[in-house]
Amino acid sequence: MNLVADKLSYKPDEQFHLNEVSFNFKKGSLYTILGRTLSGKTTLLKTIAGLLTPDSGSIQFEDKDFLKIPVWERNVAMVYQQFINYPHLNVFENVAFPLKQRKVENQEMKDVVLKSLKSVGLEGYENRKIQELSGGQQQRVSLARSLVKNAKILLLDEPLVNLDYKLREQLREEFKSIFSQGLSEESIVIFSTTDPKEAMELNGEVIAIDEGKVLQVGPAKEIFENPKTLKVAEISNDPPMNILKANIDSNKIKFEGIEIELPGHLSNLKDNNFNLGIRASDIELSEEGFEFEVELAEISGSETLLHLIRGDTKIITSIEEVMNFNIKDKIKINFNINKVYAFNESGTLASSPFGGSYV
Amino acid sequence: MGKLYKFLKYSFITIWTVFVVAPFLWALTTSFKDFNSVNGGATYIPWVDFEPKLEGWKVLIKSPANGGVDIIEPYFNSLFVTCTASLISIVLGTLSAYALSRFTFKAGFVKNNDITFFFISQRIMPPIVLSIPFFLFLGAIDLLDSLIGLIVVYIVLLMPIAVWIMVDFFNKVPREIDETALIDGCNPYQAFFKVVLPNSIPGLIVAGMFCIIFGWIDFFFAFILTFTEVQLLPVKIVALNSSITPWWSLSASALVSVAPLIVVAFIVERYLSKGNLSGAIK
Repeated sequence: MNLVADKLSYKPDEQFHLNEVSFNFKKGSLYTILGRTLSGKTTLLKTIAGLLTPDSGSIQFEDKDFLKIPVWERNVAMVYQQFINYPHLNVFENVAFPLKQRKVENQEMKDVVLKSLKSVGLEGYENRKIQELSGGQQQRVSLARSLVKNAKILLLDEPLVNLDYKLREQLREEFKSIFSQGLSEESIVIFSTTDPKEAMELNGEVIAIDEGKVLQVGPAKEIFENPKTLKVAEISNDPPMNILKANIDSNKIKFEGIEIELPGHLSNLKDNNFNLGIRASDIELSEEGFEFEVELAEISGSETLLHLIRGDTKIITSIEEVMNFNIKDKIKINFNINKVYAFNESGTLASSPFGGSYV
Repeated sequence: MGKLYKFLKYSFITIWTVFVVAPFLWALTTSFKDFNSVNGGATYIPWVDFEPKLEGWKVLIKSPANGGVDIIEPYFNSLFVTCTASLISIVLGTLSAYALSRFTFKAGFVKNNDITFFFISQRIMPPIVLSIPFFLFLGAIDLLDSLIGLIVVYIVLLMPIAVWIMVDFFNKVPREIDETALIDGCNPYQAFFKVVLPNSIPGLIVAGMFCIIFGWIDFFFAFILTFTEVQLLPVKIVALNSSITPWWSLSASALVSVAPLIVVAFIVERYLSKGNLSGAIK
């Protein structure tokens, strides 16, 4: 009864858009596809919707071969990252469109549409033209249209990405409440995003994807705490996790002339070269620390992102306040060494502060 | 600065308007003149400069037996040929354009763009190059000197215009709109007719306008491919010009012949200024 995909591959040109993607999605759950731009998120959603036919592989849903069913009979709903609506119809007609297609009775249609508009906070907007609405409202209309169908599979392709910061926060909260109350036991919600924070907040099952390949599947917390590979660590952190090419030798971490005592959770590692991962937020300014040179300082919201360099090692750190730095300034930083991840040279997680290991 | 700009702008528009309207005024006054008024030097104001007469207009609807020129039949011939050919061109052209815009075609090295170019390339050659093939072709299928034959030829001439404009237009309609329609339960035909087409009305109108204009003003093919049975308006008007030029009826028929285009222009202007597509995607 689940939505099961087996080795979906799609390669329209030189590169794989999907590379042997398999999954098993259960009804009544929320899945978040996390990956960078062009990692294959949209391709995957379009394949599930039926807008794309994979070169190989299969999708089964409710014991039926999904790939043999045309899009218009699949009963899926999809919201795009662009705000797609029917510009020749008003808000009510837009939301009613899928029901009209199914020849739902007028009174029932009216009730359902109004209820759906209410749930996205667009009560009283029925007779407005789409062109008169703001971006956020347009996206709500497409969300209402996707909810009205009561589809068994709801696909949301980066629905918040084109909204401004504040609206995004607000709509994300609404998404969460809609999912928690409106999601029936019968439906599967698949949400794609590039934003790790969004994936963590939605708190569903996360599928980390890159270059069309599924890298790791697991609860959001697990992906964040124990990323299977360097790539996953990169995708699931913003700014990406810093990677230090270091050598572990006789209970010391050594890189760029820096020597740090090996923390407890890494003590079982054999002496070797490792890729150590540390989050930007786990690096702090400290008088006692190691000297780095400022390469670039960007202020983003209430944070300052510092790009630092020492020898061949480049790192990014975020500081929770707005500070001004000049390029080439020498500053001292300290690493929160208890939060360091160790990946072996091929990039697989060897040890994490949360005890995970895939070696 | 603002005032000067406004002044220059409106001066230019005024001069341009005079430039455009003058020939029409000339034709309008001339159409109410008779032989003496036309030859009596430049006169413009009726009842002051000259005595207006309806002779120029009356001649147009009189049958040749009564000394008239009877442009009614050619007029309706032209109307029929232009409208039919434009309609067929728009229908076929729009469907082809949608296919070229949305689906991928491949036949050896021939791809979508090549097919689109093939359509447009029909308009690259000067018409005279096509005249002999058209003549022989219509002769072979026995459609020379007939309305159907002209319609066939006009479709060949007009459809590329429709394809060209509509391909460009459909390319600007986001694909996601069709996809959403499919997801919302439309099959591809319903998606086209219920969603894409209603949002393409401005494009259809522009394409239709061009087809009608190019069809209506064609003299060359109407002249070459018809002889006695069928006559179109442009050919008829030119034929009026015999040993003594009847300026009054010539002017009157010219005005009648541009009238439909003026109507078309006003309709189009209303639709073009609307701009229906904003809000589809942001």
